[in-house]
Amino acid sequence: MSTQKPAGLRIRDLRVVFDGFAAVDGVDIDVSPGDVRFIIGPNGAGKTTLVDAVTGLVKATGSAAFDGQELLGRKVHHITRLGIGRTFQTAAVFEELTVLQNLDIAAGTNRGLLTLLRRRKSVPDSVAQAMETIGLTSARDRLAGTLAHGQKQWLEIGMLLVQDAKLLLLDEPVAGMSQDERDTTGELLGMLSEDRTVVVIEHDMDFLRRYARTVTVMHAGRILSEGSVAEVQADLKVQEVYLGHAKATSQALVQEV
Amino acid sequence: MTTATGRSAGTGADEKPEHSADRTRRFGPGTPLRAAAGFALAAIVLFAVAPLVLGDFRLNLLAKYLCLAIVAVGIGLAWGRGGMLALGQGVFFGLGGYAMAMHLKLADAGPGNLPDFMQLYGQIDKLPWWWEPFANPVFALAATVLLPVFVAFLLGSLVFRRRVRGAYFAILSQALAAALAIYLIGEQGTTGGTNGLTDIQGFFGFRLDDPLNQRAVYFIIAACLLLMLALVRQLMHSRYGELLVAVRDAEERVRFLGYDPANVKLVAYMVAAGMAGLAGALFVPAVGIISPALIGVVPSIEFVIGVALGGRATLIGPVLGAIAVAWAKTTLSEQFPAAWTYLQGLLFVIFLAFLPNGLASVAGLVRRRRPAPADRKAAQPKSVPLTAETGGAGQ
Amino acid sequence: MTLVFSQLFTGISIGAVLLLIALGLSLTFGQMNVINMAHGEFIMAGAYTVYVVQQIITNAGVSLLVALPVAFLVAGAMGVVLEFLLIRRLYTRPLDTLLVTWGVALILQQLARDIFGAPNVQTRAPDLLTGSITIFSSGDGNDLMVANSRLFILTLALLAVAALTLGLRMTPLGRRIRAVVQNRDLAAASGIATGRVDRMTFFIGSGLAGIAGVALTLVGPIGPTMGTNIIIDAFLVVVVGGIGQLKGTVIVAFALGMMQSLVEYSTTISVAKVLVFLTIVAFLQWRPQGLFTLRTRSLA
Ligand SMILES: Nc1ncnc2c1ncn2[C@@H]1O[C@H](COP(=O)(O)OP(=O)(O)OP(=O)(O)O)[C@@H](O)[C@H]1O
Ligand SMILES: [Mg+2]
Repeated sequence: MSTQKPAGLRIRDLRVVFDGFAAVDGVDIDVSPGDVRFIIGPNGAGKTTLVDAVTGLVKATGSAAFDGQELLGRKVHHITRLGIGRTFQTAAVFEELTVLQNLDIAAGTNRGLLTLLRRRKSVPDSVAQAMETIGLTSARDRLAGTLAHGQKQWLEIGMLLVQDAKLLLLDEPVAGMSQDERDTTGELLGMLSEDRTVVVIEHDMDFLRRYARTVTVMHAGRILSEGSVAEVQADLKVQEVYLGHAKATSQALVQEV
Repeated sequence: MTTATGRSAGTGADEKPEHSADRTRRFGPGTPLRAAAGFALAAIVLFAVAPLVLGDFRLNLLAKYLCLAIVAVGIGLAWGRGGMLALGQGVFFGLGGYAMAMHLKLADAGPGNLPDFMQLYGQIDKLPWWWEPFANPVFALAATVLLPVFVAFLLGSLVFRRRVRGAYFAILSQALAAALAIYLIGEQGTTGGTNGLTDIQGFFGFRLDDPLNQRAVYFIIAACLLLMLALVRQLMHSRYGELLVAVRDAEERVRFLGYDPANVKLVAYMVAAGMAGLAGALFVPAVGIISPALIGVVPSIEFVIGVALGGRATLIGPVLGAIAVAWAKTTLSEQFPAAWTYLQGLLFVIFLAFLPNGLASVAGLVRRRRPAPADRKAAQPKSVPLTAETGGAGQ
Repeated sequence: MTLVFSQLFTGISIGAVLLLIALGLSLTFGQMNVINMAHGEFIMAGAYTVYVVQQIITNAGVSLLVALPVAFLVAGAMGVVLEFLLIRRLYTRPLDTLLVTWGVALILQQLARDIFGAPNVQTRAPDLLTGSITIFSSGDGNDLMVANSRLFILTLALLAVAALTLGLRMTPLGRRIRAVVQNRDLAAASGIATGRVDRMTFFIGSGLAGIAGVALTLVGPIGPTMGTNIIIDAFLVVVVGGIGQLKGTVIVAFALGMMQSLVEYSTTISVAKVLVFLTIVAFLQWRPQGLFTLRTRSLA
């Protein structure tokens, strides 16, 4: 796993327009190296679209640079090779392949043709380690399609681990998870962030409160507020558009006590 | 394997779980030992049993079926593993076949002479420039495979790179097949038109009407089939094979792992095209003719039905399926042409709508009845496992 | 000069035929994403309908007029049955649908052979449609003549397009069809019975194939394999025109017809086929989703 100093993401005046509708409307974001940045916002705020733009899935104008390298205008797989990994809102693993095969593919971007054309003789160290980390060692020969929803999400995170991505963009990693699964995911997140820059899109305010270092609030394609968890929660503008979720947060607090 | 032996094996597994698990590991599907046994069996059948049992006529028919089986192996790779419905394999089959037939026609005519049909139609008195290199046997042989691979490379890199959807790819393949067939028919003076290139006498100095030489052709074809099976097996079990399945199931996801799916697909498509070309080239000495009727939309789709029947994602399924369909066609279509067409239509409907994994899934069901070995968790695969490793684990 | 015009007119009439046979597909393939290879056989059914109607009604003109709605119903009913029995189960597997419907096409062809015989059958065209009119008289004998049958087909094609466009815009069913195309889940959630809408869409798309079949009796042979010969061209029109867009189909049908006619004139039919194919592949490099696209959001 990489021990080099993690690098940061710098987004300037990012704009994504779908048929005249600006889903992302002039966004500036800086995520410094090693940060765990949560991006929140109501449904349709443009969070996923932002990640799509950074990873090359949709066309955007403006600038998004990682480690000084401009990302916009590059092909998806080139962006990935610069060390940027992402997960999807709905778990996307290769259902007809086993856990081991899923991870092995993720670990193998830089394999030469000859290695590719040969059979896998042994499990690569990074894959074995990742399997241990995500707790799927005993399930290594199971088809990914037969895993539980939470396990699939972890498998995706495991794929990011072996992929050796330096910037991770996670789209709602705990949506639909039980409380136990959330805790495990949170631990994973802690591990991931040790030597990586992490951006998490999340609706779950409890999860956010526990694991976020900094928070960006998006609304209608723009940045509404930015800062630490406390700062953002105190922001009146946020409370205004985000009343429902603010309530949810206080309810969660009450329940915990 | 019959159900009965399947069951008795199951009882054995119940009594001695460790032993059975051990056996699965060494002999289970996809293991090298089992594959070696399979290849040995196939070699015995093809090289010893068939030539002893079958007369000249039937052996020649089998030779023809084996050519179609070679095409099927390639389709199995591109379609079953790669998700590319290659509906234009007739194009590659035809390119290989015409390359071979052009050389053989020139060799039959002798140096400096025009092939018979060109003299017959009498429109030209000089060999067209694009015929000339095919007089050279090395060029012609290389062209039988490389020409299809090159065309597949062109079409594939155009289509896959632009993320044209799977359905479009299938339709474009068909359109290519239609265009090539129409072109060949239209340019009668230089291609033989509807008749194609017929009446081929010799094969690199050997006369094709000699039954002994026909047997030799059969052996060459059988050897090529085994070789192609070995090649595709290696591809399927390699890391590339896993990657290909990943691309088939979630192309965009593969992109986000840093691969370019277009390249992954292109390789499988080119391999399939090369195999179809080889099959076309071998078909010519076995049958003595290549014509547009073997190239257009209809024959191109017909290549697919055997693959679907046998199990598109398996190695051996397409071979058995292709041979079975070809055999049924010969047997039925002469006496009961109507019945054959109905049957063929029904096969498409039944196997693609209701049994998409082909007869292989029926075999899989039988096998799954056996109790799982004690040391393995039953994973309950939702379909027939597509990879060797999971094949062992899923049972 | 007249030559250019006459080639242009040939192009337009080839385009009109292409448009008619592709129009139904632009519904079933374009809107519903179903690759129905039996569409060609629905066209064949429409053509045979004319033949059957003419056995009963001897007047060629009347029989043609009667055959139009009957063919629409016959082909439409075949489409509904196909949708209900098979295609409904295969919406998530478009490539398998292609092969399944190919099997259905084979069966329908053989049925036609068993019922009507393998050779082509003849129908009578009404007198009104057998002649031609002179559009442009040059005086040197190179008059620009247009066959009445071609004009009839052009009119029919344009009428069908107009009816379809209006129907999709104005009628409640049309609105529901478009809703389902644009967002199936949302449509289902807002109370639209998507299954029934699918069936109706398929009925209309297949019915249009029947109309195309009636028109084809005026210009070509009617036989069991007539469907296979035209289906690929029809699909190409929809692919190049773009999914879910009627105007794409219309423009591309005429463009391809024009191109076919012009290239054919300067070379041969066989070369024209190859050139048209290459142009289409090149075009899809430029616009992989076709001329017009409906944006949808998906990973695929
Ligand atoms: N491909 C597209 N075409 C048209 N509109 C789109 C497309 N993708 C996204 N949108 C629109 O852009 C807006 C932002 O969507 P986005 O998915 O980024 O929101 P989000 O913040 O991720 O919401 P959620 O919390 O529900 O995931 C939405 O209004 C959506 O409908
Ligand atoms: Mg989102």
